[in-house]
Amino acid sequence: MRVDLTKAERKKLLMQLIAGDLPDARGRYGPFGGRYVPETLVPTLERMERGVHESLSDETFLGELDRELKQWVGRPTPLTFAGRLSRRWGVEVYLKREDLAHTGAHKINNALGQALLARRLGAQRVIAETGAGQHGVAAAAACARVDIPCTVYMGAVDIERQAPNVDRMYQLGATLVPVQSGDRTLRAAIDEAFRDWVSNHDNSYYLLGSAVGPHPYPYLVQRLQSVIGTEARAQILAMTDALPDAAFACVGGGSNAIGLFHPLLADESIELIGIEAGGRGTGLGHNAATLATGRPGVLHGSYSILLYDDDGQIQETHSVSAGLDYPGVGPEHALLQATGRVRYVSATDTEALEAVHECCSAEGILPALESAHALVGARNWARENPGKRIVIGLSGRGDKDQPTLSQQSSDTNDTVEQPRSLTVP
Amino acid sequence: MLPHGKIASALNVATAAGRVAMVPFMTAGYPERDGFIDTLREVARYGDVVEIGVPFTDPMADGVTIQRSSHAALANGVSLQWILDELAGASGINTPLVLMSYLNPLLAFGFDALAKHAAQAGVCGFIVPDLPYEESGEFRSALATENLGMIQLVTPATPEARLEKLCAASQGFIYAVTVAGITGGSQDLPVDVTDYLDRVKSCASIPVCAGFGVRSAEQVAELGAHADGVIVGSALVEQLEAGKDPSIFLQQLVGK
Repeated sequence: MRVDLTKAERKKLLMQLIAGDLPDARGRYGPFGGRYVPETLVPTLERMERGVHESLSDETFLGELDRELKQWVGRPTPLTFAGRLSRRWGVEVYLKREDLAHTGAHKINNALGQALLARRLGAQRVIAETGAGQHGVAAAAACARVDIPCTVYMGAVDIERQAPNVDRMYQLGATLVPVQSGDRTLRAAIDEAFRDWVSNHDNSYYLLGSAVGPHPYPYLVQRLQSVIGTEARAQILAMTDALPDAAFACVGGGSNAIGLFHPLLADESIELIGIEAGGRGTGLGHNAATLATGRPGVLHGSYSILLYDDDGQIQETHSVSAGLDYPGVGPEHALLQATGRVRYVSATDTEALEAVHECCSAEGILPALESAHALVGARNWARENPGKRIVIGLSGRGDKDQPTLSQQSSDTNDTVEQPRSLTVP
Repeated sequence: MLPHGKIASALNVATAAGRVAMVPFMTAGYPERDGFIDTLREVARYGDVVEIGVPFTDPMADGVTIQRSSHAALANGVSLQWILDELAGASGINTPLVLMSYLNPLLAFGFDALAKHAAQAGVCGFIVPDLPYEESGEFRSALATENLGMIQLVTPATPEARLEKLCAASQGFIYAVTVAGITGGSQDLPVDVTDYLDRVKSCASIPVCAGFGVRSAEQVAELGAHADGVIVGSALVEQLEAGKDPSIFLQQLVGK
């Protein structure tokens, strides 16, 4: 599994990806991807792969998905010109408002599509994992909508820091299973969801929430999330008569980033920048900057870039944002980094928290901590590129982060009620 | 004899003696790191082949017992390198040994270096629960240079054509998973387990060992009537972590 690609190989793989020829028949994005799962799941994934290809080329299925995206999710989400951020940063800033999608994040695009697929494939129950709780809420809502019972695995640490989403999942009728094993965050929740699926593969559908996992998940999630980039491209052309110079998205597993980036890959003039969680800073265990500091390996069913130690043991990660707190990344991102088409940088916890406040006060939008990482990357890029036009994927809203935000402000201030001192021109 | 041939041969000896072959599983360096080789010797006396678990942070095919032993072994400082060093330094263990490991520790070690070190440590084969046959080409090639066996798992969910392919590809023995689930289940064996094992047997030209959820002498006898051997993992790990003598438990299982 050689990952040091020659210049010619990089160019060829990028062309194949843009042409829709990747993943290949083996579920590979060049060296990355594949299907590394317990034997029990191999026939299940083969059946699912056939179902995915049939469904995604079936007009009836796509028609229902499109109708539900409009009527129930509320798509298209707006592209908002951020006037005050534009003045502050010296670039033209447009925000792709996935925070305004039903349930408050881009996760619903994927959850709805997969819930419809689960019903079509005859599943009697759906299993999902969640980190920040956004995917859990989206899966619970989508399963309620299509009338399939839903079980959500969530790490005990995440249950504590994303309490509002926990309540929402209960309200939406999901069965929530707290995960006490492993690191008790997203990674352990995925481990546990896989165990459930291995044990109940014959009647259950696993509704995976990010662009990770064994083939065909990375492909399926990219297809379902590409509505973000497709809409954003059409919207900015309609609003400005031109394409943006750059687009930014946060990257944990990478589903919202792949959704924004994939439809823009062929537009060579658009610089694409993914922002990972820089956490507390450098060093294993202090961040979740997988692409920046990881190496090739296998976790949760695919060969991609991971954070692990010299013995191959997966590293615990840290990020203030639960949705980015993951030691792996989707295989398409691993390829996009290897080809050089997308550049991946990171933003620290502190920078992300500052960006939340800046976006709130400048634009009256409370972004999710995850999305705030994209704002940091964009602001840093803007310093070097004045006068340009950019699109930022605002992947979700920050209501769910209230416990963390309150905690942070009481940690940094002696008084709990501290007025925001940021001034906006 | 080639390393993977030793595995099949040891199992065939049991069959020839008219008994069910016993393949105990233990997590390396658990419950105590220091006692690893002593525990292994004890377990090996009552096993025809011994399966040694390499701990991993994310054992997604394992139930709570092996997750617990795996995490504790890691906390004890156990690594693949340490296991191989310990095995290389242990003399007088004649029972064939196979390593059970998830893929990432093997990738991190490097396949070619691993094959060499494993052969030197007396390891005869590998079981890799997250490496399906389709993805295993590179690892198999590396093992082949040292004649180490790649043991394939088959499950009740494996379709007929795939079963034939996996049986033909497996070396040492065929690992017939009794339930399409994770290790350590406490429920009864499925009612159709014997039909399934008969199907596997009919495809197999090497011994078939049944595993997952095996914890009683009755189950060993039932499975043993349709397979050459049984693999006992979680139940043995529970005995070891309770500080009990593994030899008593393993003898009970085979009806002694």
